[in-house]
Amino acid sequence: MTTEEITEYLNREYGGNLDPTYAEAGDSWITVSPSVLREVAKTLRDDKNLQFNNLMCLSGIHYQKENELGVAYHLHSTIHDHKLVMKVRVPEDNPVVPSVESLWKTANWHEREAYDLVGITFRGHPGLLRILTPQDWEGHPLRKDYEQQESYRNVSTGI
Amino acid sequence: MGLLDKKYHDSNIIIVSLESALNWARKSSLWYEQFGLACCAIEMMATAASDYDFDRFGIIPRSSPRQADVMIVAGTVTMKMASRIERLYEQMSEPRYVISMGSCSNSGGPYWEHGYHVLKGVDKVIPVDVYVPGCPPRPEALLEGFLKLQERISNETIIEPRETEQESTEEEKEPIEVE
Amino acid sequence: MAPVTSPQPAAIENRTMTINMGPQHPSTHGVLRLEVTVDGEVVTKVKPDIGYLHRCFEKYAESLGDYAKVVPYTDRIDYVSALHQEMGYVIAVEKLLELEVPERVEYMRVILAELQRIASHLLGIGTFGLDLGAFTPFLYCFIERENILRILEKVSGARLLYNYLCVGGLMRDIPTDFTSDTWEFVTSFRPKIKELNDLLTTNSIFIDRTANIGVLPAEVALNYSASGPMLRGSGVSWDLRKNDPYSIYDRFEFNVPVGQGEMGTVGDCWDRYIVRVREMEESLKIIEQALDQMPGEGDVKEAVPRRIRSKEGEVYVRTETPRGELGYYIISEKSGPYRIKARTPSFVNLSILPAISKGALVADLVAIVGSIDIVLGGVDR
Repeated sequence: MTTEEITEYLNREYGGNLDPTYAEAGDSWITVSPSVLREVAKTLRDDKNLQFNNLMCLSGIHYQKENELGVAYHLHSTIHDHKLVMKVRVPEDNPVVPSVESLWKTANWHEREAYDLVGITFRGHPGLLRILTPQDWEGHPLRKDYEQQESYRNVSTGI
Repeated sequence: MGLLDKKYHDSNIIIVSLESALNWARKSSLWYEQFGLACCAIEMMATAASDYDFDRFGIIPRSSPRQADVMIVAGTVTMKMASRIERLYEQMSEPRYVISMGSCSNSGGPYWEHGYHVLKGVDKVIPVDVYVPGCPPRPEALLEGFLKLQERISNETIIEPRETEQESTEEEKEPIEVE
Repeated sequence: MAPVTSPQPAAIENRTMTINMGPQHPSTHGVLRLEVTVDGEVVTKVKPDIGYLHRCFEKYAESLGDYAKVVPYTDRIDYVSALHQEMGYVIAVEKLLELEVPERVEYMRVILAELQRIASHLLGIGTFGLDLGAFTPFLYCFIERENILRILEKVSGARLLYNYLCVGGLMRDIPTDFTSDTWEFVTSFRPKIKELNDLLTTNSIFIDRTANIGVLPAEVALNYSASGPMLRGSGVSWDLRKNDPYSIYDRFEFNVPVGQGEMGTVGDCWDRYIVRVREMEESLKIIEQALDQMPGEGDVKEAVPRRIRSKEGEVYVRTETPRGELGYYIISEKSGPYRIKARTPSFVNLSILPAISKGALVADLVAIVGSIDIVLGGVDR
């Protein structure tokens, strides 16, 4: 199924009001609100006609202009062989997104990475710790307004 | 010692200064610490493997810093790794040498600009004897680095031993750069 | 004689111990640190600690401001299969810009990618043997690997990090003797696989160390989104070259080897190993077909844009590297790349380690880590 068909199917079967977004080039995606994210994700995984059993990628994004943070979920079904891009956006001052770790185990490390680099908190994650940078690192490097700390444990990070 | 036996078979006494004997022994069995960091480690492995063959110079990998003479810093040193490198260096026994392999450990290499998590040169945490440039350096370049190190070792004297880390704080030795 | 009493279980101190493996350890394939909780010799819990090689690829990709400048950095993500990283990236950008690539370039990319796959598997197999105490296969593997590197060096000028593919084409033209060199390698390499099999695959010590160790069931592998030999070793026939063909992979005939549990259980370390060995043969098949079909003439820089005009939008493109599925997620703006995320197979495959190493012995942990065949540059980026 294409993104349009999946959106239509979801709206018809579950009474949602999802709408795919198109860009000038590349893939289209659907945006869901964080309050229903887990529910939608569960439906996507368990519905007989959808069966998205593979979470290919989970990425954290900083939308600086809108003062928002976002998460993009790239889903794929190895059974029906279709793909879907799902996005969720939260405000920068309260970046809480429900975790999907219990649905797809692979999300565990991806969510930790998004927390580490972008600073999104995943509610319900079993161990949301920094994964790439040290635990006592300051700031979230992939934010567009990130300022590098001058030194880490008395070692200068500059040239 | 087959070669020596043949050469000195009628009198088995060789007169040589203690220094050169010590230096000769030291430079001919440079055991390096087997630990790789990044891309350069693959080239380090290639140097140790069949085609380039480290063994012919008496260079053998050791898995423990306690048994190693040389540390090859092969790859990008990150902020998280820096303190571990320091610890490993401290565990090595004197005389100890450090070869910095590749642009990343020389100066941060391609990661000097936006690399918030990359240490810009391993010489910020440990003293380096030989810098080998390249990204990654070819195995020949690493071998050349070892030959330079051997040169340096053969010039050491007992009266003026190689500066240890504590003594060298005032005046740093000029590092050698491989062409 | 007084009856002999066996020591009471209560007298034995029974407690777990936490040991630290890495970041400097000869068999962690780089700077991986494992916090291992052991009960005697049995591993009860493993906690991988990564990030010792975090080189800020994603920050670089969005800071450089130009798609062409990112290519050398993609090389360094997974330095053992640098061409695959480049290929995934350039395909993603080409999809975003809707660029058509000349036939000759496509064939060349496929041949190079398959050569690189063999080189990467040779390194993976060699070091896997090394981890288990077999030094000789490592030396044999590296002889063959050097032969491939010589070809790649002739083409690109570098041994390890090539920077050879570019958006829309190749950096420079193909050397005239590339075809004959590659043919020579293909014919000489086939019998060497047999030699390798004699050395390692059927070696009874090797089988003892790997069969029935670190079993990964198919459903766990899918839930963790494992890919590459890790997934195929568990008996799932899933190869992006076959199931979701990119570039021109749909034109070639080859099989997808899967683990069958020949020496033990499906999905054990031996299965993951044998998938790699068999994949090398399949890669040879693809190279042969591609060499036969490749157009002899053509400008490799024909479709290379002088200046890349960025478009607004986003793509997610995945390709099959020797370690599995490599995805590039690119969010693009008019001014250039806004966010580039690399979803590397090493990162995802390593996250399964805690699940499959429970109950293994400490020595087996080395075998399991070796059979996942991670590259730390890929894990940490």
